Amino acid sequence: MTELAKKTQPSVLDNLDSVRAMIKRHKRNDILFSIIGLIALMVGLLTLCTLFIDLLVDGYGRFNLDFFSNFPSRRAERAGLLSAWVGSLLVMTVTFLTAVPMGVAAGLYLEEYAKKGWFSDLIEINVSNLAGVPSIVYGLLALGLFVYGLGLGQSVLTAGLTLGLLILPIVIVSTRESIRAIPVAIREAAYAVGATKWQVVKDHVLKYSQGGILTGVIIGMARALGETAPVITIGALTFIAFLPPSPISGTPPFINFEWLTSGFTVLPIQMFNWLSRPDHAFHINAAATGAIIIIVTLLMNGTAIYLRYKIRKNIKW
Amino acid sequence: MNTLFGRSLQLTALVAATLSTPQVFAAEKIIKIDGSSTVYPITEAVAEEYQIATKVKVTVGISGTGGGFKKFCRGETDVQNASRPILKKEMDACKEAGIQYIELPVAYDGLTVVVNKNNDFVKSLTVEELKKMWEPAAQGKVKTWKQINSAFPDSPLKLFGAGSDSGTFDYFTEAIVGKAKSSRGDYTASEDDNVLVQGVQSDKGGLGYFGFAYYEENQDKLRAVPIVAKKGAPAVMPSYESVKDGTYQPLSRPMFIYVNASSGAFKPEVKAFINFYLENAPTLVKEVKYIPLPANEYAAVTKHWKALKSGTGFGGVPEVGIKIEELLARIK
Repeated sequence: MTELAKKTQPSVLDNLDSVRAMIKRHKRNDILFSIIGLIALMVGLLTLCTLFIDLLVDGYGRFNLDFFSNFPSRRAERAGLLSAWVGSLLVMTVTFLTAVPMGVAAGLYLEEYAKKGWFSDLIEINVSNLAGVPSIVYGLLALGLFVYGLGLGQSVLTAGLTLGLLILPIVIVSTRESIRAIPVAIREAAYAVGATKWQVVKDHVLKYSQGGILTGVIIGMARALGETAPVITIGALTFIAFLPPSPISGTPPFINFEWLTSGFTVLPIQMFNWLSRPDHAFHINAAATGAIIIIVTLLMNGTAIYLRYKIRKNIKW
Repeated sequence: MNTLFGRSLQLTALVAATLSTPQVFAAEKIIKIDGSSTVYPITEAVAEEYQIATKVKVTVGISGTGGGFKKFCRGETDVQNASRPILKKEMDACKEAGIQYIELPVAYDGLTVVVNKNNDFVKSLTVEELKKMWEPAAQGKVKTWKQINSAFPDSPLKLFGAGSDSGTFDYFTEAIVGKAKSSRGDYTASEDDNVLVQGVQSDKGGLGYFGFAYYEENQDKLRAVPIVAKKGAPAVMPSYESVKDGTYQPLSRPMFIYVNASSGAFKPEVKAFINFYLENAPTLVKEVKYIPLPANEYAAVTKHWKALKSGTGFGGVPEVGIKIEELLARIK
């Protein structure tokens, strides 16, 4: 025993240095990898930060109330975003009202109702593919279908529907994924006490998946807000110094839909137009607009993360 | 039963009323303008002032001269901004749709050839030399300044120019190469002139062309090259004066608006808008850094407009260096 110990101990002691060296080497590799990972993260993050700070510094002088309450103008310091942000808001409203019900219903159908088979597989592949189609293709589709086919013209409605189509795959995919995350046991328990399919969907599936669905919807909307190509393709205007008619009026019937057929412009288009001007004062306006778009997008994504956290916290399986 | 029927009838009427009002409103007092992005700043300035003065709504889009003419000849717009005259196929499209139009030159632009600030050997360029650089045959072959003129050093030549969709490209190729849209393809092309400014600014061997307003704003970063139109002619710098008096040739070009003058679509507010346009053009054109026509030419254009003479003076073929009075006289 002692002999054995004597025999092995020195061998361990002999190896100790090499073991230590090995541990040291592995630790070094660990640090090396975490540095590489950090650099990779920083490339993306710093690029965004630099861009954002650059835009903020350039556009700093334009962050005042007038910038939001003025119409576009040939004089850079008098030009404002009013028609652009109102246009963006109205277009986003239409996008939300079309993409969310359709996307959630489609996701629910595919997960809960559709028979699994080659057909649903085909639809699944198609939906994922749609998410990767370049946005200009949606613009061309909308130009043919909405603007000329259905005669909707270059209107808020057309733009809203186009962007709605664009984010539909995002809404469908996020709906399906958050439905899939619900344990089967919950559905089975509901069925066991005699709930119908619709009751299960309404009271359990939709309820527990709303956090994920909401996240998908907000991320989709944030993307739609920054889209330029499809909106230019359908013919958004560049100079528009009046607002679409108000959706709510003081006289009966109080709600009207004239704004849907009105011409419009949106934030990214206004930015694009200012950027291509020869006059540098307009480039300042463009920078300010860019910063505003990034801020709104960050706010939307932040809300999505917060809501997901808050809703998940209340769910205890 | 009766009341229910009555109520649903009321409801239907209400819905119909709300849905049909947009058309009524849309047909009322909106002047729609689209077309060239080069002419856009002028029309935007006029539209801005006009809306302040009259409360009539005006919208201006930028679909490009070609894209705008497509809409114009479908009767979707009232006024078309154009940085080149209407082409044969666009004339045919308008004719087919029964659209009559009045062609009005509103300003000049001087296409400016620029080189890098540090380029000290180019004092002037002849049209011949520019052709050597830009003609399709130069593609892949002409790569150094020495190939253009043996007096120039043997340093690389980098070209920057307008994208092939723009009216600027059409005009430059017509004026320099002799045939519209005929150009070498191996140069940096962009529809955004600021990209071209940056390109020439950062490349010592760079040469580019774009509208005068972009040169005007970037004089501290680039150098304009005087152009020799013909052998023996003096080299002329682009400037307000040389473009206005017609000595800067062949790269100064008129810019147009086309007004839809078909009987059904020719609304009083459009007429009032064009009157306003021509009255205010001399000051507003200058303000947005374009070159106004001389007073006698504005007078001729206004006379032409008041007489409501429709049609084009070009016959669908672009022309270089034409006098505006001569052009207007062609339309009977």
